[in-house]
Amino acid sequence: MTRIGVVVFPGSNCDRDTLAGVELAGGEAVALWHEQASLEGVSAVILPGGFAYGDYLRAGVIARFSPIMRAVSAFAADGGLVLGICNGFQVIAEAGLVPGALLRNRGLRFLGRDVHIATDRVDTPFTSMVEAGRPLRMPIAHGEGCYFADPATLDELERDGQVLFRYVTSAGATVADGDAAANPNGSLRAIAGVLNAAGNVAGLMPHPERASERVLGSDDGLAILRSFVDAASRASQSGPATDAAALAGAGAAS
Amino acid sequence: MTLAEPIAATVSSASVPLHRTLGLTDGELDAIRDRLGRDPNDLELAMFSVMWSEHCSYKSSRPLLRTLPTAGAGVVAGPGENAGVVSIGDGLAVAFKVESHNHPSSVEPYQGAATGVGGILRDIFTMGARPIAVLDALRFGDPAAARTRHLVDGVVRGVGGYGNCVGVPTVGGELVFDPSYGGNPLVNVMAIGLLEERHLTRAAAPGPGNVAILFGSATGRDGIGGASVLASATFGEDDPAKRPSVQVGDPFAEKLLIEASLELIEGGLVEGLQDLGAAGITCAASETADRAGTGMAIDLGAIPRREPGMEPFEVMISESQERMLAIVRPERVAAVAAVCERWGLPWASIGLVTADGDVTVSDAGRELARIPAAALTSNAIVHDRLAAPPARRRAAPAPGAPEAAGDQLPERGMDPGAVLLALVGSPNLASRRPVFEQYDSTVGTATVAGPGHGAAVLRVRGTTKALVATTDANATVGAFDPWLGAALSVAEATRNVSITGARPLGVTNCLNFGDPTRPEAFWQLSEAVRGLGDACRAMGLPVTGGNVSLFNESASGAILPTPEIGVVGLLDDVATLVGPAFVQAGDQIVLVGEAGPGLAGSEYARLAGSASEDGPPALDLATEVALQAFIREAISRRLVASAQDVSGGGLAVALAEAAMWGDLGAHVRIPIASSPAVDLFGESPSRIVLSAGPQASAGVLALAREHDLPAELIGTVGGDRLVIELAGAGATGAAEERGSGVADSIDVSLADLRHTWDHGLSRSLGWDR
Repeated sequence: MTRIGVVVFPGSNCDRDTLAGVELAGGEAVALWHEQASLEGVSAVILPGGFAYGDYLRAGVIARFSPIMRAVSAFAADGGLVLGICNGFQVIAEAGLVPGALLRNRGLRFLGRDVHIATDRVDTPFTSMVEAGRPLRMPIAHGEGCYFADPATLDELERDGQVLFRYVTSAGATVADGDAAANPNGSLRAIAGVLNAAGNVAGLMPHPERASERVLGSDDGLAILRSFVDAASRASQSGPATDAAALAGAGAAS
Repeated sequence: MTLAEPIAATVSSASVPLHRTLGLTDGELDAIRDRLGRDPNDLELAMFSVMWSEHCSYKSSRPLLRTLPTAGAGVVAGPGENAGVVSIGDGLAVAFKVESHNHPSSVEPYQGAATGVGGILRDIFTMGARPIAVLDALRFGDPAAARTRHLVDGVVRGVGGYGNCVGVPTVGGELVFDPSYGGNPLVNVMAIGLLEERHLTRAAAPGPGNVAILFGSATGRDGIGGASVLASATFGEDDPAKRPSVQVGDPFAEKLLIEASLELIEGGLVEGLQDLGAAGITCAASETADRAGTGMAIDLGAIPRREPGMEPFEVMISESQERMLAIVRPERVAAVAAVCERWGLPWASIGLVTADGDVTVSDAGRELARIPAAALTSNAIVHDRLAAPPARRRAAPAPGAPEAAGDQLPERGMDPGAVLLALVGSPNLASRRPVFEQYDSTVGTATVAGPGHGAAVLRVRGTTKALVATTDANATVGAFDPWLGAALSVAEATRNVSITGARPLGVTNCLNFGDPTRPEAFWQLSEAVRGLGDACRAMGLPVTGGNVSLFNESASGAILPTPEIGVVGLLDDVATLVGPAFVQAGDQIVLVGEAGPGLAGSEYARLAGSASEDGPPALDLATEVALQAFIREAISRRLVASAQDVSGGGLAVALAEAAMWGDLGAHVRIPIASSPAVDLFGESPSRIVLSAGPQASAGVLALAREHDLPAELIGTVGGDRLVIELAGAGATGAAEERGSGVADSIDVSLADLRHTWDHGLSRSLGWDR
């Protein structure tokens, strides 16, 4: 079975949920402690939600300096698949693995609620099993989730297909940045998740692992985790991590 | 060096005897002398003052609490432990408890509420349980008042700031506004944890020779005298000066503490575990020793501190947060240290368990204090307080309410639909979304039903089971009749669990009352405890733990007597879960139970003013028991599509909620027995409005008859409007005048209801501007 690493920082609080989500998606979940410098040969890595090191200063700003993040950065640079969820997205944005930054929510309050997101691309290692055109319902729970980048970067992201998810209405309609009902944190261009340029690192603020079972109200998130496990399994079968980059690159080009 | 000087310099003003400065009476000082056989020194006096505070000793309430039923099927740990624990089968058990942090939250709302969450979470994981949910029951004054808005904002941010960070979902609770809480808000927090029964851990210090290890945050000067200065005295004008007595929370440290503590327990490394809360090290040392019949020798110098120059009494009574005391066999100290260090938590061996039954404090070999552990805890002073009912029971209308009798409303020409909309948008009944959206309610991937629509439901991973939890308190009726208020609180909380199909397992409570030295306030407390006990005995439910918060008074008066009730229930198969919302157009609507007179204490009375001669509704416990047995059986037989209890705002609001939440209208016709106001908006207990498929409704009615319960088919689910027709002799209204024999109907669109309900709270708090 494909081994997927889930990084555990002190203060991570979605690590257990994410480990369980990976198992539901058919992967073998492996917890990776923040002090370790090795990824133990996992096929892909998830950085879960939480408040790494307390996040008293700014979300993700301390976590990026942890020993495990050096390994994750090297793994990503080598084409390895990395997914950051919520705090994990904040950490990889701070580490420069994906473009942009997560600012405090527009209303300056923590927000825990369900959102709907549209998948801009279903040809990536993170979305290959997502049904095109169908909005996905899953929870957000964050204080700093307002996606920000300068206009030139945003234009580049749009042009290069690096916008992965956007907040939309429940019917799937696109919304303006100021639509607080659908885009509650005020993310620019309603961006909920992005890809790096190489296509092997992605981050999103909503929690797919919390929407992976019907009993919890939605299993829309499972398609994302399944896509990720599937891509990781194909990457590990085809050899070293660089093949994952080839797979990701192929996706990005198509 | 004597201790008097530093203590006096810190907490005392000149010329008042030290014991009084510390909140002890002359009689209590005598009782301390009796137990010691000598005069206490100043350090000992400081330790007694916090341990004999109302908050720690329950010195006023203990004789009352002894009357409560505590035995029950599956109870693994009851009162006296940090939290009640009840078995749920499969080798699993649930730990739960509710606790107050009223006074700190009044002084400093953010930290007060945050540390309230932190404290109750520690009570849960101390037992070996992983915290899986928090419910917060909050009560404030007039929502239009600036101070209320400041407190609501701070408390909500504090609950969220702490709970969100530690990763425990906030899944429910209450938010109630009443002028009586204006000077003294209530912040009651309930926490629930799940454990494997074999990991149940006691807060005891067995085995002389075992090592006492303090781990977590260092000890500082925050929260000095929190238990005595804040929690056990009435508030005055100098509240800002009490801010140093409020603890400061560090949820990140708590998160590490949770993981480290559970790892220690699962590894079998500790003999006992106790969190440090009120009265700090003094409390943890004396309680763990007393529970095990041992003593503890504390080495003051070994306790890690945040700052130099702390006095011994400060170290011993500091309420610095996020600390734990573990009792460890000497050969396991290294393993315990390794776990602490892995989680980045400072630790220190601060003492040894002894056989002499005394808690001693030494510094550099010099003994500074020696007190029998029991004298601080199980043998602490108990007061026989005087209870006396008020000379005249309060029956005045709500402040500012019209004098005229209200129980005939809706009056001729008045639109009952407008009354319904006003209720649905009122501060106590409107949607709580603007508040609970600031909480993480889904972390932990167990939340089947979160805040907003009735009881919270949490699945138990690895089983088909779910836990159902709620908090309720009926304070407005309690102001008329505290026995009834408490009994109604138990009835409503258990009913909210039963209508999901779950079986209540046990009751925890937080009794928020006034100054117990006032005979009227103590009478309210004793009557409420009697009501709590009577209701729990009728339901066959154990009281597994709780908390008493007294002195909830301010310059503007005492709070309404508020018996906060927390209930956890067990649903064997989460697939059978029934919610309050209508689910299918064409389903038939059945009302089980019948309205009784008495509008006093209702939300309708708050809005309209109640008749001066009107009283609260009556409660028949046998009927309530039958009703809950009926609904659980009906649900287990799969007869029920939705079930909602009739409570705040009465039947009309219950129907409106079922309709809004299900996005399905309804058309019902209600027989008017006494007055339209009573039938539509009265809050008499023991009623459920349920929907059932056309094939199932006959079975529902038959089952109700078997349980000797009145039940009536009142309408049908469907459409996009809520239409309630009134029928019968008691009906009034323009339509009747016209001779049609049918009163004016309620006829409102779901869109109007939802708009009013959605925006009511933000509007009343000024959050919409």
